[in-house]
Amino acid sequence: MKLTLTIWRQKDPGAKGKFVRYPMDNVNPEMSMLECLDVLNESLAERGEEPVAFEHDCREGICGSCGFMISGVAHGPLPATTVCQLTMRHFKDGEELVLEPWRSRSFPFVKDLVVDRRAFDRIIQAGGYVSVSTGNAPDGNAIPVGKEEADRAMDAAACIGCGACVAACPNGSAALFTGAKIAHLGILPQGQPERDRRAVRMVAQMHAEGFGSCTNIGECTGVCPKEIPLEVIARMNHDYLYGAWRERRQVVTTIAPATDWEFGKK
Amino acid sequence: MKLDAGIPSGPIEQAWDKARFEMKLVNPANKRRHNLIVVGTGLAGGSAAATLGELGYNVRCFCFQDSPRRAHSIAAQGGINAAKNYPNDGDSIYRLFYDTVKGGDFRAREANVYRLAQNSVNIIDQCVAQGVPFAREYGGSLENRSFGGAQVSRTFYARGQTGQQLLLGAYQALERQVDAGQVTMFPRSEMLDLIVVDGKARGIVVRNLVTGKLSVHIADAVILATGGYGNVYYLSTNAKGSNATAIWRAYKRGALFANPCFTQIHPTCIPVSGDYQSKLTLMSESLRNDGRIWVPKQKGDKRPPNQIPEGERDYYLERRYPSFGNLVPRDVASRNAKAVCDEGRGVGETGLGVYLDFSEAMQRLGEETIRERYGNLFDMYQRITDENPYKVPMRIYPAIHYTMGGLWVDYQLQSTIPGLFVLGEANFSDHGANRLGASALMQGLSDGYFVIPYTVGNYLASTKLGKVSETGAEAQAVLTSVQQGVERLLAIPGRRTVDSFHRELGKIVWDDCGMSRTAPGLKDAIGRIRALREEFWQNVNVPGSSNDLNQSLEKAGRVADFLELGELMCMDALERNESCGGHFREEYQTPDGEAQRDDEHFSYVAAWGYTGPGNPPELSREPLEFHYVHPSQRSYK
Repeated sequence: MKLTLTIWRQKDPGAKGKFVRYPMDNVNPEMSMLECLDVLNESLAERGEEPVAFEHDCREGICGSCGFMISGVAHGPLPATTVCQLTMRHFKDGEELVLEPWRSRSFPFVKDLVVDRRAFDRIIQAGGYVSVSTGNAPDGNAIPVGKEEADRAMDAAACIGCGACVAACPNGSAALFTGAKIAHLGILPQGQPERDRRAVRMVAQMHAEGFGSCTNIGECTGVCPKEIPLEVIARMNHDYLYGAWRERRQVVTTIAPATDWEFGKK
Repeated sequence: MKLDAGIPSGPIEQAWDKARFEMKLVNPANKRRHNLIVVGTGLAGGSAAATLGELGYNVRCFCFQDSPRRAHSIAAQGGINAAKNYPNDGDSIYRLFYDTVKGGDFRAREANVYRLAQNSVNIIDQCVAQGVPFAREYGGSLENRSFGGAQVSRTFYARGQTGQQLLLGAYQALERQVDAGQVTMFPRSEMLDLIVVDGKARGIVVRNLVTGKLSVHIADAVILATGGYGNVYYLSTNAKGSNATAIWRAYKRGALFANPCFTQIHPTCIPVSGDYQSKLTLMSESLRNDGRIWVPKQKGDKRPPNQIPEGERDYYLERRYPSFGNLVPRDVASRNAKAVCDEGRGVGETGLGVYLDFSEAMQRLGEETIRERYGNLFDMYQRITDENPYKVPMRIYPAIHYTMGGLWVDYQLQSTIPGLFVLGEANFSDHGANRLGASALMQGLSDGYFVIPYTVGNYLASTKLGKVSETGAEAQAVLTSVQQGVERLLAIPGRRTVDSFHRELGKIVWDDCGMSRTAPGLKDAIGRIRALREEFWQNVNVPGSSNDLNQSLEKAGRVADFLELGELMCMDALERNESCGGHFREEYQTPDGEAQRDDEHFSYVAAWGYTGPGNPPELSREPLEFHYVHPSQRSYK
C-alpha cells in the first residue's frame, strides 16, 4: 500500500522545526508503524539525509519508550495499542499520516519525535514506592491480599509511563500517570503506612513539574495503551485530600526539575 | 590463564553462609566514602544500585534509555521461580537447584546454582513487600503456575507482565535512593569503555546520547549489568537497543568471555512475516501450561487447522516426551519444532511454524479462565497477526531469546579484572548451556539484591585502592581512544546502512550458529563474518554528527562490536565438539536425535581472552565438578 508520512523535523530545541512530507510507495500492511519508519530511515540514510529520530526499544508495547501523535491521536487510532504494535493494515491505502512528538511544557523537546519525560521519574522519586530496604521483608504469604484487590492493583500498576496521557490531555495533566501509581500502592496493604505522605508528595511534584490540572475530560484513558481506568484519578484526589489534612503539619518539599542534559550538577 | 572460581569448601548447603561469614565488611561510616558505578538498570542493575544505595554507598547508575524503568527486563512475561513450595507439591531448594543444573545440561557451576535457589525465596518476599501485585488465590495467598523443565508449580507471576512488575519494584526502590541522594542517575548515557588502572577496574567512559559529550567517571568498583547479546542475530526477542558493547569493551580490556556459543532459542515466538521485520515477539512459555503443540501428520497439509481431524494431527512433544509433554525445556522444544518444519510439516505461509492450540483447554476450563490467565498475550498475538487465538490455534516458531554466555565471573561475581563485577544476563554463571523458563528474573534479582551487596563490600574492604583522577593519564588515554573510535565511524565514506550490515550478520549466525551447528558451517561463518567486518569498516554509512542525538551512530558502534562477538561465538561453537543444551552440533547426537554431551572432554567453562587486534583469542578452561547432581543423559521422556 501507499502512504504519505508528514513528520515533524527539528534538529534540536533551539532550531526551527517544520513538517516534511515523505511519500511511501511500498508499505506492507503487516509491518508496524515503527517498522514503517525504519524503512523510511533506511531510504533517508541511503540518500545521505539524516534519519528521523524516534524513541523505541522493546517493540512489544511494554517498555513505554515509543509514542508520538498520529494525525492528532496519541499512539494512533487503535485502542490499547502503542505505536510499536500498531500495524499498517489499520490505515487506508493512500492515507496521509501526520506524525509529531508529544507536546507538553513538562516534556521538553529533544529532537524530531523525541521528548524528555524525566518529569515522570521525578514524580516517582517523590514517593512512588514502598520504603522497604532489601532484607526487611516478611514471608510473602504473611501479607494476604485478596484476589480482587490484587487485580485492581495490577490494573493500575500496568502503566508503562509512555506519556500519551499527558500528550492527549488538553490541560497537559499527568493525573492518570500519577494516579496510577498512587492507586497501585494505595490499594495494597503494603502501601498503607506511607499512603498519605505518598499522595501529598507525588501530587506536589506533579504540580512542580508544570503539568496541568485534571478537569475530568478523559482523553487520557482513551489513548492509554494499557487502558488505565479514570478511577485512579478519583483515587488520587481522595488520597490527596485525606493526606493533605493528616499531613498538614509536614513541610512538603519538591525536587527541582532538570531542564538540560548536563549531568552530575545539583 | 588459571581460573579459580573461589567456591567455598564444605557442604554446598553451607557454602554461601560460609562465604558471607568469611567476607570482610565495610563499616557504615566508611561506606559513604566509596563511589560505585552500576551500568544498566534492569532487574540486576536496578536492584543492585538500589540496594547499594540503601547500604550507604555513593552510587552512579547509567542506562542508555531515557528512564531506568525501560530496561528490557520489563518485557519478561511469564514469571519468576522460587522454591517456596507453597503448593505443597514436593518442591524444595534442593529440587530447584537440581532442576536448574539438569536443565542447564550440566554446564553450570553447582555452587552458584545452589545459592541462586536459596536466594529465590527471599526474592519473592522482597518483591511482595515492595508492592509487586503478584497473582493471588481468593484466600489472599500467592498463586503459582508451572513452567518448562519442572514437574512442580513454583512460578510466581503478575499476569503476563511479571518482568514489568518486578522491574518497577526495583525501579521504585532505585528512585527512592535517587531521592535520598544515594544514587545519581545518568539516563541516555552509554558506556563505551572501561578504565583499568594498576590492573583494577576504576571507571568508565560514557557518551551522553543527547549532547554527544564524552565523560570519564572514576569509582572504586564497576558493576556491569548490561544484559545479553542476543541481538547479534539481528532478529531476536531482545529490545532493539539491547547490546553487548559494555561487556565487549570490558573483554577487550582483559575480562574473559565465557561460553559465548551458549545461546537460547525460545520455542514460542510469533513467526517472521517479512524482510522489513525489526524484531520478534515472544509468546510466554506459560502458554505451554494449557496450549498443546502440534503439526499435521501429512507433509504439506495446507488445510486450515480446524479442518484437520484429531487423528491426523501429530502432538509431537506429547508423543516423544510423555512425562514432560508440552513442558519440556526450551532447547528441546525448539529443536523439535525445527525438526518437524525441516520435514516439511511446518504450518503457515512460510512453512516455518507450528500450532499452539488452546481449544482443548478452553473446553476443559472455559474461555473465561483462559482469558484470565493469558488475556494480554492473546490480545498481543491478535494485534500482531490479525488472527483470533480464541478461535484458531496460534502459530509459533523458535527465536533467539537469551544468552547464557557472558563475562566470566567467580563465586563473588567478579570478572578476571579485579573490581569489575558482572551481574544478570551479562555474566555466564548460573544457567549452563540452557536456561529454564522463569529463571532469568530470579538470577537478575538474586545477583542484585542478595549477592553483590556482600561481595562488593568484601572487595572494597580487602583491597588497597590508589588514588585515580578523571584527568589522569590512564583515564584520558581511554577517553581519547573512545573519541577516535566515534570519529572513525563517522568518517567512513561508505554507502551501506548500519542495519543492512546487522541483518547480514544476523543471517550468518542464525543459519550457522543458531539452532543447529556443524563444523563446516561454523568455519564458513567465521570467514564470512570476517569479510563482512572488513566491508563494514570500508563501506558503512553513518549519517549525522557526533555532538547531538544520533541513533545511527549509536547503532553503528554496537554493530561493530557484534561483528567481533559473532566471530567469537562461532569459534567457541566450533571448539566445543559436543552437543549440550542450546548448543546442538549435528555431528554429536544420540540415535534418537537428542543432544549428546561429552563429559570426558568438555565438562568445562570455555573462557576466551582478548589478545589484541587481529590475534586469535586465548582459551582458558574452568573445569566443572559435580558433587551433588551427577551428570546423566538428560531425559524428559
